[in-house]
Amino acid sequence: MKMLEDFGKGTTALIEYAGGVTMLGGETVGFIARARIRLTETLNQAYFLGFQSLIIVLLTSLFTGMVFSLESAQQAVQYGVGNLVGGAVAYTSVRELGPMLSAVVVAGRVGAAICAEIGSMVVTEQIEALQSLGLAPARFLVVPRLLALIIMLPLLTIFADVVSIVGGMWIAQTYAHINPDSFLSSARQTVGFEDVVKGLFKSVIFAIIIVLVGAYQGLGTRGGAAGVGQSTTGAVVISIILIFISNFIMSYMLFGVGH
Amino acid sequence: MSNIIAKLDNVTMRYGDKVILQNCSLDVVEGAITCIIGLSGAGKSTILRLLNGLRKPDEGHVYVKGVDICHMPETKLINFRSAIGFAFQFAALFDSMTIGENVSLPLREHSKMSEEEIEKTARATLESVGLEQTFNSMPSELSGGMIKRAGFARAVVTNPDIVLYDEPTTGLDPIVTHLLTDTIKRLRAQLNGTAVVISHDLQSIYMMADYIGMIFEGAIIAYGTVDELKKSMNPIVQQFLQGSEVGPIPL
Ligand SMILES: Nc1ncnc2c1ncn2[C@@H]1O[C@H](COP(=O)(O)OP(=O)(O)O)[C@@H](O)[C@H]1O
Ligand SMILES: [Mg+2]
Repeated sequence: MKMLEDFGKGTTALIEYAGGVTMLGGETVGFIARARIRLTETLNQAYFLGFQSLIIVLLTSLFTGMVFSLESAQQAVQYGVGNLVGGAVAYTSVRELGPMLSAVVVAGRVGAAICAEIGSMVVTEQIEALQSLGLAPARFLVVPRLLALIIMLPLLTIFADVVSIVGGMWIAQTYAHINPDSFLSSARQTVGFEDVVKGLFKSVIFAIIIVLVGAYQGLGTRGGAAGVGQSTTGAVVISIILIFISNFIMSYMLFGVGH
Repeated sequence: MSNIIAKLDNVTMRYGDKVILQNCSLDVVEGAITCIIGLSGAGKSTILRLLNGLRKPDEGHVYVKGVDICHMPETKLINFRSAIGFAFQFAALFDSMTIGENVSLPLREHSKMSEEEIEKTARATLESVGLEQTFNSMPSELSGGMIKRAGFARAVVTNPDIVLYDEPTTGLDPIVTHLLTDTIKRLRAQLNGTAVVISHDLQSIYMMADYIGMIFEGAIIAYGTVDELKKSMNPIVQQFLQGSEVGPIPL
């Protein structure tokens, strides 16, 4: 009985949460549609959010491309299919690893920063101050961050894709003596422009998740500095889970079954 | 007969199971300074937030300039609020902006003024609270009293009809308290507007208040001019005004 009750409460909370995030999203999109955009702030945020994450995105994808190549190259050569390694690395990088890794890293960096910033504005009454001045927090804070990340996360993902493939190529050459030309031609044969576009579409969705969850958590902050810490942890955990779930759904829908 | 510019009408307000206000009514007289006194946690800040629609009552109504703002959608409310200034307890300046930007912001967002006019108006407003030197400073560079005054400047820069001050003098030394009380009085006269001030500082209240309302256990239990309240026979009011620990107020 108790368990059922808890389950019911949990479900209600989940629906409420999803509804809240959706409403914030709707409000934000409404402002964007009416072109109520603070351009300078958006550019500042793009610069800030993008560069904040560049190094860490590059490092994670470089080493992931390298380790993927390390695990696959020697075996592939043993089985006489060394010429497929480039394709395998590029395929996974562009379709899965690039978008996912960039998104997860950015959720940890940028999602947390957005939540902490907005959360501390709640705690210090700055959000209420905005409202009392007749300014909607969604327009003032969420719109610039959302647009900025929708531009920057796909860009970061392109960097991640490239670095991951280059790292894989280097390891394939060093450890399995796979010639870079054959690596690249295999990559080119396997990965089409369409795959790149689909990967970037994923990262647009991830950007929306990261900003909306971060902002929603931030706006929901209660109870002083400790509250900011709590909501920030929540923002990172929830957005990473949503990234994984939505990635599966998108891979299923975009790339189809059995591809 | 004085005009009522805003009123709480039988408002009940809860947070979860906790009842904060119960059948609370308050009239705000146009052109006057109304001070609200009461214990910490009594619901004073909640009253100010009700008056500019930052909170909605569970029951009852809130009227501002004759309009019931309880059922106003947020999109309308947000424009409505530019006629009401709010000076927050801890000023709530945007800490990523300079003082000048803080004060210019409402003008930049709501008026059709040119950049020059905006800067001129913001500087003039800062000057009227004695902060003309701080235009390019960050909030973190200012003292407590200066931050409060910068908050006042931001609240009044759009010439609102009503200005709400949440504990403007709490935690400040007597000299700054005096200065801020003077500033509130002067700004009220300058705007030819109305002010609602939450305060614990009796000296400062006696200096500026036209009316005092005392909140206790969720409702305004006493209301009147300074003299009327001083002469009140209500033992709760007397205990509060004398700052005595002996009396009906549970400690
Ligand atoms: N957002 C909130 N959620 C829950 N309780 C709140 C909230 N805001 C205020 N309260 C509670 O409401 C009561 C009245 O608060 P407030 O109006 O700030 O009192 P005052 O300004 O008189 O000190 C306090 O007990 C406070 O804890
Ligand atoms: Mg208060």
